[in-house]
Amino acid sequence: MAKMTLDELRSLRDSKKKEMTQRDGDKNAQIVIGMGTCGIAAGAKEAFDAFLDELEKHNVNDTRITQTGCMGLCFSEPTVEVAVPGMPRVIYGNVDPDVARRIVNEHIIGKSLVSDHIFDKPAQDIIDGGLNNHGI
Amino acid sequence: MAFKNYILVCAGTACESSKGVALYEALEKELKAQGVETEAQLVKTGCFGFCEQGPIVKILPDESFYVKVGPEHAKQIVAEHIIKGRQVKELLYDKNQASGTSSANIDFYQKQQRIVLRNCGVINPEYIDEYIARDGYAALEKVIFDMTPDQVIQELKDAGLRGRGGAGFPTGMKWSFTKDAPGDQKYVVCNADEGDPGAYMDRSTCEGDPHSVLEAMTIAGHTVGANQGFIYIRAEYPLAIERLENAIAQAREYGLLGENILGSDFSFDIELRLGAGAFVCGEETALLASIEGKRGMPIPRPPFPAVKGLWGKPTVINNVETWANIPMIILKGSKWFNSIGTETSKGTKVFALTGKINNSGLIEVPMGTTLREIIYDIGGGIKGGKKFKAAQTGGPSGGVITADYLDTPIDYESLMSIGSMMGSGGMIVMDEDDCMIDVTKFYLEFTVDESCGKCAPCRIGGRTNYNILDKISKGQGEMEDLDKLKELAQAMRKASLCGLGQTAPNPIMSTINYFEEEYLEHINDKKCRAGKCKDLMSYTIDAEKCIGCTACARVCPVGCISGEVKSPHIIDQEQCIKCGQCFEKCKFDAILKG
Ligand SMILES: Cc1cc2nc3c(=O)[nH]c(=O)nc-3n(C[C@H](O)[C@H](O)[C@H](O)COP(=O)(O)O)c2cc1C
Ligand code: SF4
Ligand code: SF4
Ligand code: SF4
Ligand code: FES
Ligand code: FES
Repeated sequence: MAKMTLDELRSLRDSKKKEMTQRDGDKNAQIVIGMGTCGIAAGAKEAFDAFLDELEKHNVNDTRITQTGCMGLCFSEPTVEVAVPGMPRVIYGNVDPDVARRIVNEHIIGKSLVSDHIFDKPAQDIIDGGLNNHGI
Repeated sequence: MAFKNYILVCAGTACESSKGVALYEALEKELKAQGVETEAQLVKTGCFGFCEQGPIVKILPDESFYVKVGPEHAKQIVAEHIIKGRQVKELLYDKNQASGTSSANIDFYQKQQRIVLRNCGVINPEYIDEYIARDGYAALEKVIFDMTPDQVIQELKDAGLRGRGGAGFPTGMKWSFTKDAPGDQKYVVCNADEGDPGAYMDRSTCEGDPHSVLEAMTIAGHTVGANQGFIYIRAEYPLAIERLENAIAQAREYGLLGENILGSDFSFDIELRLGAGAFVCGEETALLASIEGKRGMPIPRPPFPAVKGLWGKPTVINNVETWANIPMIILKGSKWFNSIGTETSKGTKVFALTGKINNSGLIEVPMGTTLREIIYDIGGGIKGGKKFKAAQTGGPSGGVITADYLDTPIDYESLMSIGSMMGSGGMIVMDEDDCMIDVTKFYLEFTVDESCGKCAPCRIGGRTNYNILDKISKGQGEMEDLDKLKELAQAMRKASLCGLGQTAPNPIMSTINYFEEEYLEHINDKKCRAGKCKDLMSYTIDAEKCIGCTACARVCPVGCISGEVKSPHIIDQEQCIKCGQCFEKCKFDAILKG
């Protein structure tokens, strides 16, 4: 790169910041994708990519996406848990890339649930049960 | 393109030397082999601070904190964590932690606040873009385009930033002296000599976040009207040198160093100068002489370097840690900085915590944190459940803090008032097995070796004091030796030319002050309670406890233990060389040390 002007430095900073936001610790919302064997087989990777892409497209950088192992809901894979502060934690089932994009637009940005794909709220024992290798 | 995971691999000196490079390469290879190199980004970072547990790997975004990771774990990390999203539990720092594995939950980080080390372990120090993404060079922008030099100086004064190189002189004031000094040519110097035994804060900062130093020096250049900076660093720090050189090259390429920075009419450049690792070259006037190519010997001040420094020109000289604070103060403001710390000492301090402590490593705490918090909450207490005896701060210029002062808030003034010193930040924790005379002798030996020899009080006084301590440690001390030590200490303080000689007696005064009874024991009872002074101790066998297993006799290198199988053994004191091997070997506590 040649010598930069002030504006060039600023725009470089903005674009690099966007790239690095995934690495920042403090996020508000959280998306957890089940990436157990069956999750991957059912297309969790594609959903993951769709999430990343849609968040980036809308410049949403206070949401962190993590993957986790089997959530125990193999029959509704890909399963995704979404936690937005001030909203109930929800688990979505059968999340294909389209649903993933809807979740970003409606749930994360619009703050309303994507009702037709809600699978369940996680049972309390899953939340407390220390299933730390398996989701959450 | 964003990545699903980021694998941060510590590339600090401690981690790199314990298989860090091989680990990085193994991870790289596995990502490829398992076909996921586009899903996870490998990032080499600076020191995470928790070197005791290194090599360290942190995985984002879930912040899994893996410790003692070796190349042999690479396959598993990729297969399990990156592909399946399952943590490799055996490698987690706290293996029993049910949830929340992030470093934020690790006790070691709880009471820390990272300003100086904000980017260490977070960014790849070899890519300027990552520094820029973390608001890097934004402070420089602000200084060049939105602030006057006086405003910058006022901000530093209001912030209450004091030098972290030892003496704690107000940084804003130093800069204003240089700015106001007459002369067209001025210089900016970074003191990265770091000679204190046991200290490595500055090295880690240069390795983990070199651009923060460059940015700050450039800010100083603009503020005081200098166009050239020098970083003086010891040649024993090859990794830090490499990272700094790389950072300078990248900053030049981007036009953040060189002519007309960011299109303004301000020009500034930085060069490295390597030192040979003499402690006295850390003293500012000696350091400047060394940069000029002369022998590194201190000269009397005033005039201070701020007015008459490098090649006789006004020069700002600051310590690495001082520099690293500056971009943050400019960006976040003096009020923010001012709110951290104590009345007289603002901000944070980085310490290299070493010695008999469970979690040794690099820590950064707000000024005013107590020694108890550092040792027990962050440091995880004393190794092996032993008793805390003292902490040595300030290196050869400092002194000890004893258990009575565990609750003293750590800041410049309170450490001074108890006869120790903030110094540059080495903190060595000692337990009941450490002998205070032995420790003091160690520091004296260091200062005697490192004295440049220019002035008699330091050259002769230091040597004489060392000899007295040596005599005491051999059981040949007399009561009047204590007075001699004190007298000489006074003379050295008053009559030495530079800080080395002036502060060299500090460890003596401090240990006499707090551990006089230990000196008296050595002198009067010819006893060393810690069992460190070889001439004052002996190993004997307790005939009651000895079962005659012969283990000690077999291990003794000089063959001075005799006895029949199944009957008590004895040690021939004349021949014993006090190596302690028999003591280690006996499983029946039959060998007594004392
Ligand atoms: C014997 C001796 C050794 C010193 N070694 C260092 C050193 O290694 N690093 C350092 O920054 N300052 C060292 N200093 C302090 C420097 O002389 C100087 O005060 C400091 O670099 C100023 O920077 P600051 O205001 O940012 O602390 C040493 C001083 C003495 C007397
Ligand atoms: S005090 Fe010691 S190190 Fe300093 S100038 Fe004198 S002899 Fe040299
Ligand atoms: S090792 Fe201990 S028990 Fe065995 S012979 Fe030596 S002193 Fe006795
Ligand atoms: S201390 Fe060493 S030399 Fe002495 S008796 Fe034990 S093993 Fe032998
Ligand atoms: S493996 Fe996917 S829910 Fe069980
Ligand atoms: S060098 Fe890796 S944690 Fe310090």
